[in-house]
Amino acid sequence: MAYPPAAHPSPPRQPSVKVILAAADVSRVVDRIAHQILEKTQGAAGTVLLGIPTRGVPLAHRLAARISTFEDVTVPVGVLDITLYRDDLRRHATRAVGPTDLPPGGIDGKRVVLVDDVLFSGRTVRAALDALSDVGRPASVQLAVLVDRGHRQLPIRADYVGKNIPTALAENVKVTLAETDGTDEVKLYGGTPA
Amino acid sequence: MTTYLITGVSVVGGEPTDLLIRDGVVAEAGRGLAADGATVVDATGLVALPGLVDLHTHLREPGREDAETVESGSRAAALGGYTAVCAMANTSPVADTAGVVEQVWRLGREAGLVDVQPIGAVTVGLAGERLAELGAMADSAAGVRIFSDDGHCVSDPRLMRRALEYVKAFDGVIAQHAEEPRLTEGAQMHEGEVSTRLGLTGWPAVAEEAIIARDVLLAEHVGSRLHVCHVSTAGSVEVLRQAKTRGVRVTAEVTPHHLLLTDAKAESYDPVFKVNPPLRTAADIAALREALAEGVIDVIATDHAPHAVEDKECEWAYARPGMLGLETALSIALDVFGPRWDLIAERMSRTPARIAGLAGHGLDPAPGVPANLTLVDPAARRVIEPAELASRSRNTPYARMTLPGRIVATFLRGEPTVLDGKAVK
Amino acid sequence: MIRHLLSGADLDAGTATLVLDTAAEMATVAGREVKKLPALRGRTVVNLFYEDSTRTRISFEAAAKRLSADVINFSAKGSSVAKGESLKDTALTLQAMGADAVVVRHPASGAPHRLAEWVDGSVVNAGDGTHEHPTQALLDAYTMRSRLGRLDGLHVAIVGDVLHSRVARSNVLLLSTLGAKVTLVGPPTLIPVDIAAALAPGTDVCYDLDAVLPDVDVVMMLRVQRERMGDSYFPSAREYARRYGLDGPRMRRLPGHALVMHPGPMNRGMEITPEVADSPRSTIVEQVANGVSVRMAVLYLLLGGNNR
Repeated sequence: MAYPPAAHPSPPRQPSVKVILAAADVSRVVDRIAHQILEKTQGAAGTVLLGIPTRGVPLAHRLAARISTFEDVTVPVGVLDITLYRDDLRRHATRAVGPTDLPPGGIDGKRVVLVDDVLFSGRTVRAALDALSDVGRPASVQLAVLVDRGHRQLPIRADYVGKNIPTALAENVKVTLAETDGTDEVKLYGGTPA
Repeated sequence: MTTYLITGVSVVGGEPTDLLIRDGVVAEAGRGLAADGATVVDATGLVALPGLVDLHTHLREPGREDAETVESGSRAAALGGYTAVCAMANTSPVADTAGVVEQVWRLGREAGLVDVQPIGAVTVGLAGERLAELGAMADSAAGVRIFSDDGHCVSDPRLMRRALEYVKAFDGVIAQHAEEPRLTEGAQMHEGEVSTRLGLTGWPAVAEEAIIARDVLLAEHVGSRLHVCHVSTAGSVEVLRQAKTRGVRVTAEVTPHHLLLTDAKAESYDPVFKVNPPLRTAADIAALREALAEGVIDVIATDHAPHAVEDKECEWAYARPGMLGLETALSIALDVFGPRWDLIAERMSRTPARIAGLAGHGLDPAPGVPANLTLVDPAARRVIEPAELASRSRNTPYARMTLPGRIVATFLRGEPTVLDGKAVK
Repeated sequence: MIRHLLSGADLDAGTATLVLDTAAEMATVAGREVKKLPALRGRTVVNLFYEDSTRTRISFEAAAKRLSADVINFSAKGSSVAKGESLKDTALTLQAMGADAVVVRHPASGAPHRLAEWVDGSVVNAGDGTHEHPTQALLDAYTMRSRLGRLDGLHVAIVGDVLHSRVARSNVLLLSTLGAKVTLVGPPTLIPVDIAAALAPGTDVCYDLDAVLPDVDVVMMLRVQRERMGDSYFPSAREYARRYGLDGPRMRRLPGHALVMHPGPMNRGMEITPEVADSPRSTIVEQVANGVSVRMAVLYLLLGGNNR
């Protein structure tokens, strides 16, 4: 896409950073998703949470912990590495492959909830669905995300969304979690300064 | 014949002077010479050397004219500052009869760029089984005096003894390719750390040293002359030093590449660095340089060995051994020894001419001497580009290296074969 | 990531560990119903084999196919190679076919290095002459690490015809990089000169197998060809087996946890007795299975991204 050049180029701006969710907000949002999962799955029976690395994995564990606190049920948690199923492998230097770790009961016949931090183009979820079908045959698959920032490129939607954040394509949403980054936070980078 | 007046030239490193060349000889030498009708060659800053003489050249004709011919090799030689080359016998057919050596000799005369002195094979077909007709080759028009199975060692001690004895009748010399064949079966490179790492079969130094030790004892026993080709190891230098101290009539040569390149070059697996004997270690190079400087080794000889592209653009083990040398030898000598012009003249012209018995060669330019000489620009530096070489082959190990010195002109019996750095024909 | 895998020396400790870790993930695919990954879909891997080695070729073929690459087997028999086509011309042909990787087995040491100069794709050395066989060393290291839990600090004896062994060279390089100590054992005629200086400074040489056995975590037996007798490397097969063969009594002098490895194919009765080869210490069968995982890891790491 080509835009005509601006007649009067604006002075360079500092990239702006905006905190969308602070630590307390993240915690509240995770609680809400846990409640929604319990509600929509009628008590989370036969349900398995599979986190998509990197930050989907601690999120899945947090959701399982909240569910266990709210309803005293244990939801198995696993890890689904999607590296080898990505459609952009050739656009980057070779990515390291991480472990895929299914819970002992497996996923066949289960309701699998995929957990990730940000839903954007939908390509990660597409890769996860392909990976999932190679490791088993779940009864159904749902998707839980902390943030949905829009701009889908594939016909994919989430079943559980912590927060919808309308963004511009040039902007960048960055989730940090205590387990991986030290703090819980969701920030928006590159937005127009208010 | 054209008369040439070479002005301002340093003869073998001496004070600048002029040389008048007329009727194939140096007619006059001195400052401020003048001659009507002479073509003036301004040689200010250049050094005149007696035309270089190579004891060890492979011209590949007859048999492998795709790799080199007598003519193309002669042109490469002239461009390298040579006025005479000794052509090795391992052609196809082998130069083991008067007929073949006379053919090579005649082709050299026809090319007219350097004197091509054929070397005759010691044994029929280089097979190491029975003597070739050495006397017939000596008596032929080619007047062969050096005999060699180069490429193969005359490994049978009895045969070697007989050859050494037999050539005494016509003051011949046996030039030995010193390589004990049982110790080098399948050998690909110097046996040592690098061969172990590369998984290439080693060519141990002792395979050369054992033959040289045996041959100097044989030569001493029968009172004959022995010449040792392409000495490559520090151990060989020690054997030669002892033999010379005892008065054995042995001479020896070293190649430019053995004075400069180590076996580490093989790490590329590029067969342009495959040669026989193989490139050795830095310690060997140091010993060879010292031996050459002090005279334990008498001569720098090129072992110019052209090979067709398909014989080098392949797997290391399948490649033929050998590298080009004629057009770069003087530059390597300058690189290694600097402007020690008397040493260079001694090791690259006077001594090899004497060993080969080439009258009229190896004589410093002076009045009355045949005008076989070359003019060197010692200040020039050049990048070696394989495609620009006059040889038909491209297997130089010095590709894209920057080397000192450039041959500006070469004269053979008063006629230029090279002028302005270009071959005249 | 590196572009070619020609030598064990191409891998630093970090990269070698990445290969082994990746292989561990690849190994899980073997236990799945769908033994296939889409990572190399649309990539072409050529197996260029100038020597018969069905085991190595099949291992690479399985690895490439499990990653969904297209595999072309180009064997020296029944192709233009047998008609005397040069390696360079073959390389240009493979180039024109769009080979993303060439897996090459060749009787001449260094042939893969030459090939790497002539093709744009990645070159994987699947054994060249008496030089190297880096994926064999990787699968050996993988096997040791999965059985013993580590490589750092292990003591590995490599026994037999080191001189002619590409497996030994690659293993010395890789194991030393990964912190293991290697002792080479064999008759002096079959230990190459300057081996420690050539490959890895900490490498020891010992001519007495019995002296080494009580002190090792792994003993790797190399294949010894009977034809070497003709070249006077040793007097007879019987004497070789007596001095350097691994039999039951010798095996019992190993520490309890020690492994017995062999890159295959074995000369039973020569360097190893059937009792040893079939014992629980022997990893010979799992080495084969691990070979596929390790080669999947290598192909993925070379071809899985844009590494130009």
